[in-house]
Amino acid sequence: MEQFLLKLLIFLAAAVIAVPLARKCKLGSVLGYLIAGIIIGPFGLALIDDIEAVMHFTEFGVVMMLFLVGLELKPSLLWQMRTPILGVGGTQVMLTFAAIGLACAVFLPWQQAVAIGLILALSSTAIVLQTLREKGLMNTSPGKSVFSVLLFQDLAVIPILAILPLLATAAVHVDAHHSSGLFDVTTLPGYLRLIVVLLAIGLIYVVGKYGSRPLFRAIAASRVREVFVAAALTLIIGISLLMTAVGLSPALGTFIAGVVLADSEYRHELESDIEPFKGLLLGIFFISIGASLNFTLIHEQLWQIVGLVAALIIIKAIALFAIARIFKMPGTERLLFAVALAQGGEFAFVLFQFAKVNEVLPQSLTETLVSVVAISMFLAPLLFLLYDWLIAPHLQEAGTERQADDIENGGRSVILAGFGRLGTDIGRLLISAGIKPVILDHNEANVDILRRFGFEVYYGDVTRLDLLESAGAAEAELIIITLGDHEKSVELVKLVQKHYPQLKIAVNAVDRRAAFELMDLGVTTIRRETFGTALTLGQDALQLLGFDPYEAYKIRRLFRKKDKDSMPDLYRIHRQDEDKYISLYQQHNANLAELMTKDREIDMVELDKAWTAANPET
Amino acid sequence: MNKILILFGHPAFRRSTINAALRKSVENLKGITFHDLYARYPDFLIDVSHEQRLCESHDIIVFQHPFYWYSTPSLIKEWFDLVLEHAWAYGASGTALAGKITFQALTAGGDFSNYQPDGLNLFTIRQLTTPYRATANLCRMEWLPPFAVLGIHQGLPKEDRICHAEDYRKTLMALRDNQLDLAKARNYELLNQDLNSIINEV
Repeated sequence: MEQFLLKLLIFLAAAVIAVPLARKCKLGSVLGYLIAGIIIGPFGLALIDDIEAVMHFTEFGVVMMLFLVGLELKPSLLWQMRTPILGVGGTQVMLTFAAIGLACAVFLPWQQAVAIGLILALSSTAIVLQTLREKGLMNTSPGKSVFSVLLFQDLAVIPILAILPLLATAAVHVDAHHSSGLFDVTTLPGYLRLIVVLLAIGLIYVVGKYGSRPLFRAIAASRVREVFVAAALTLIIGISLLMTAVGLSPALGTFIAGVVLADSEYRHELESDIEPFKGLLLGIFFISIGASLNFTLIHEQLWQIVGLVAALIIIKAIALFAIARIFKMPGTERLLFAVALAQGGEFAFVLFQFAKVNEVLPQSLTETLVSVVAISMFLAPLLFLLYDWLIAPHLQEAGTERQADDIENGGRSVILAGFGRLGTDIGRLLISAGIKPVILDHNEANVDILRRFGFEVYYGDVTRLDLLESAGAAEAELIIITLGDHEKSVELVKLVQKHYPQLKIAVNAVDRRAAFELMDLGVTTIRRETFGTALTLGQDALQLLGFDPYEAYKIRRLFRKKDKDSMPDLYRIHRQDEDKYISLYQQHNANLAELMTKDREIDMVELDKAWTAANPET
Repeated sequence: MNKILILFGHPAFRRSTINAALRKSVENLKGITFHDLYARYPDFLIDVSHEQRLCESHDIIVFQHPFYWYSTPSLIKEWFDLVLEHAWAYGASGTALAGKITFQALTAGGDFSNYQPDGLNLFTIRQLTTPYRATANLCRMEWLPPFAVLGIHQGLPKEDRICHAEDYRKTLMALRDNQLDLAKARNYELLNQDLNSIINEV
């Protein structure tokens, strides 16, 4: 236990020191983590020397990350991006695989060349996505192309995992396969494994698709937040164990679970529950890459490894640049696209391990290649920096116009917090105006029904910063708060003002007192939730009493204006009197009296002065 | 220097490129207050005393609007109905607007030939805007013929829009700086039919 805590302390302390420093030097957090890893690793200060334990950490960091990557991969988003994913991504994997495979085939048996080609075709989702996000490039068009390729690579892992075992014993078993067919399944470990693997994946799909919803709903109904976090972690750890049991990468399993759950209304909640764990574990993952750089090996094979790293990056970059040309990306985007993806990926660690276990690749070779991949990943953020310093300044001009477009598109995003009786009608109105809000609600029954009608509704406690973040509060223009609970509204307003000062706020107030409290916070768009109905019903009443309909309407309109005009005055009085009253009830009554006095002063004569003016001269 | 109040009324402003051009060319000029009535009173509840104070504090009052059914958009008519009160705008003691210069800046779909006795609309712009002239008269104001941009249904080319906007700006600046020959302008069919002849260069 103490040993574990000490190790944890070293990891976290290294991150706490290195990451802010790296960011300050504009190096990005990924590079900070990697450097921290080298420093505390066996070849730095040697604070952690147990490589095995480091690798253990690594595995779970990737597991978490891939679950989240999967969560962001809505099947509908996948469908929307099918052309770039299949086209650009597919071409990237095939072309890079062919180039690297052919280069290896010169020195190695073809099975090994195929395995290495497949594994090195992949890039680092973790480093690239993290860096793109930090640079705010995710929603630009090269950013989207890069994302598509990474998605395809994530999917390509599944067939690669299936193919690798076949490469090991291909020479021996091909004949057996031809002669005996299905009967000999038990004697074919590769095939048996494949079937077990498919069964396990099927299980994840079925549970994620049909089992998770009632389960999460029941947990959500208990309204104990930690239980939800616990459920999310249970899910991930459970899948990891299942995958390990069938001899598969846990990362792959949770990735699939993520995709299955990406369409679920509990996505944001899951995302925000896992996010802090992921953040930490991803950091540890990067640290462990840094720490796992085997400098002894690198020293021994220095020139060979340097050559291999250079070859890897150059081959990948050339292939990527060619693809960018084939798919007619604008000239200014090709280089970014090529630079972004020209490294090995974290999947390579898992896959090399897998290949070694399956006796596809000898240990000496995988050790060298793991070092090559790790170094190329270490260089990836540096390549981004190089791009920023050397190439981007020359492309500046072309870049500016596109940016304006993005703002135009993203400018309409609205978050609707609370989708009860009030929020529902606001949502309908917005949709009729062509604005589709992202809706957050804490009532699991609401969420369920609304999603069936095609609303984008997410379950969760809206006063949680992480949920707001995943709902896109950083890019949104407006948040509409229609919570029944006044305390929650105030909390949310404070949270938004503190973290998203650019976000405009429109809020309902349960009553006048609540409105005053919101005014205290400097909110200007406040509506008392029953006031509109009171006025309309009042107008109806006047009409029923025989008032002329337009007269009744004008009275309502003028009354509303007078009420609005008197608001600042009442607000001031309310604040002055606050200390004088012992109880809220007393204050409420005093405020009411003040209100009535004000009303008596209202000059309704103004109502139709112009239309009824008696002109003595005419 | 005169202070100019532009009372602007367009219920679908976003779709009017010509009004956008006119507005843009003048709204930031010194001495000019651009008052968008539809933006200020979307519910038609006009703040009468506020409007009266505004008028009192300016020397020239311009109504800029599209020419709807030979008249103004309804909010400007509502404005007349409510703001021009007896004993303020007219009547024995109603002298708040007396002596102030006023004119309409209007945009119309038909072109100049449509607004002729033998044209589609049977009457000239000057004839059709006589109710406005009569209003100005009752309020003892200095009336000027309308500044009109005609023929916008045929689609004004961008160069023409820029030209009109520039004329509008010149007209307002000349009025602001007392460089417009009021007597001469009053006899024109349109205020902007021959700007150079009524603007005195300094």
